[in-house]
Amino acid sequence: MANSSKIISGNEAAVLAAIDAGAEIMYGYPITPATEILEGWVEASQNDKSLKYLQTEDETSAGFAVIGSIVAGVKAFTASAGPGHILLQDPISMAENLRLPFVTIIMQRGGPSTGTVNFSQQEVNLASFGGNGDGLRVVYSASSVEEMYELVIQAFNTAWKYRFPTFVLGDGYLGKMRTAVKLSKPIKNITSKAILKEEKTPTYLRNCYSSEESFGKVLAKNIYDWKINKDKIVESESYLVTDATEIIIAHGIVAAAAKEAVHIMRSENKKVGLFRPITVNPLDTRKLRQILPKVKIAHIFESSLSQFSRIIKYEAYGLNTPIIEHPKPAEGITSEEIINQMERM
Amino acid sequence: MSKDLSKLMPKCWNQDSKPHLFCPGCGHGITLKQLGYAIDELKIEDKLTLGIDIGCSLLVWNFFKFDTIQTHHGRTTPTMVGYKIAKPNRIALAYMGDGGGYAIGLQSLLHAAFRNNPITVILVNNENYAMTGGQMAPTTENKVITSTSPNGKQIEFGPGFKGPELVKNIANKNAFITRTSVSQPEVLKSMIKKALINQIEDEAFSFIEVLSICPTNWKTNAAESFKRLSEMEKYYPLGEIK
Repeated sequence: MANSSKIISGNEAAVLAAIDAGAEIMYGYPITPATEILEGWVEASQNDKSLKYLQTEDETSAGFAVIGSIVAGVKAFTASAGPGHILLQDPISMAENLRLPFVTIIMQRGGPSTGTVNFSQQEVNLASFGGNGDGLRVVYSASSVEEMYELVIQAFNTAWKYRFPTFVLGDGYLGKMRTAVKLSKPIKNITSKAILKEEKTPTYLRNCYSSEESFGKVLAKNIYDWKINKDKIVESESYLVTDATEIIIAHGIVAAAAKEAVHIMRSENKKVGLFRPITVNPLDTRKLRQILPKVKIAHIFESSLSQFSRIIKYEAYGLNTPIIEHPKPAEGITSEEIINQMERM
Repeated sequence: MSKDLSKLMPKCWNQDSKPHLFCPGCGHGITLKQLGYAIDELKIEDKLTLGIDIGCSLLVWNFFKFDTIQTHHGRTTPTMVGYKIAKPNRIALAYMGDGGGYAIGLQSLLHAAFRNNPITVILVNNENYAMTGGQMAPTTENKVITSTSPNGKQIEFGPGFKGPELVKNIANKNAFITRTSVSQPEVLKSMIKKALINQIEDEAFSFIEVLSICPTNWKTNAAESFKRLSEMEKYYPLGEIK
């Protein structure tokens, strides 16, 4: 599929990417706006008999079936949204504890509850910090159909290389929007190996420990691995920031609108730039802290109340640059709105 | 551990994890011993992967000399379904209690049977949530006192839950479904063998409910435990159901 030019949706891009990443099994349950990922995978499996799937009884089972396949050494994944994402936190917490390379594609929808089936950026918290743990999960946020393709491939490689659960966040607009894309596969696939190795010395996988101390050692190792690898995992885009006096900080499709806003404002000789985290967890803190002191003000735009802002502000702690939040929970943000809100300041 | 004692154990048991951590008199020990002998006799130790549930079942995490994965409560069935789809040539065994199988994980159990996923499920029914201290389970019979049915289980909480009879209704025609008891270890072993063979030869779903004893939470001695078990066997009929 790589290097071909075509018109596809974000959900179709996710399917192509999962195939190109070497995934062999998808488990899923239909949910708007992610359903086309399951449908697309099933359609692909009609022609390619190496691709398997199971439409499970719920997302919880989809997630645990993913775990069953992963420990057997096969790249499996799931895709969901909103309430389905909530159910997936059960298996993903287990994957986080056992360091399983669990890949989830989430097309965010409005919440809480069933909310809307269209759009939001309100699943950042759930993906990054959901479950009864400390959030050792890698979370990518795609801002275009092309990037959805690239990041899904990247997610499989990151998951299998570093062994942390890995998400790719999109949204209803990105999932359903069809655009002309030229797909290019960024990296070579990492091969999957069985975790239950079927050797003479058995492998025991458990996530239940009888003492705080014995579990504390497991967590300490996981946290150490997270800390030493997160600088290698983080990705961000800095756009026209070098001479900027003002920056926008945004992720996902809101960052696409922000980029357009930067173009328009630049044409009016305003020195505006964009900092776009591609990983919202872990965050490219080094880059953020390089850029912030050089600008007079930073504006965070997001389609949630403050899920993304909390991450940014925590990582920017101690810097003096004013950071203004522009939240619009569960609603889309246009470039015109961004410009209007910034000019009002 | 003396060598003599080790000879009394199934060969596929991990002797380093013995004595096991179940309470004295627990029916899991009897069940796992017969499971061990069944695996020894079928010579499938190197072909089998075990998934175990939360609750007392989790104490099986290093019980055997083959790969074992401990999952979340009620999630052993879908985990082993996913394992089997990825590795069709391996034997997938799911081990759980009655809470895991009939309450929180019932949906997955039913759908695995409905789809005829070729896995073997062993469910140990001791009529209570034992690891958390003996709360009412779906399988708890009416009038039985537990910490969450202090006046005896009322009928509004349902009667004792007959799992195999339920599963039978939606299972594939090739499924093997039975109820057996720790009061009959030899029968228990032969049923486990039959269930495993059903997975290996017929590539079909199989399900064994094992009626078991829980002296700690029942607050019974050995004789009283088996007396209550014989009463259970009247309410929960033994034998092949499908």
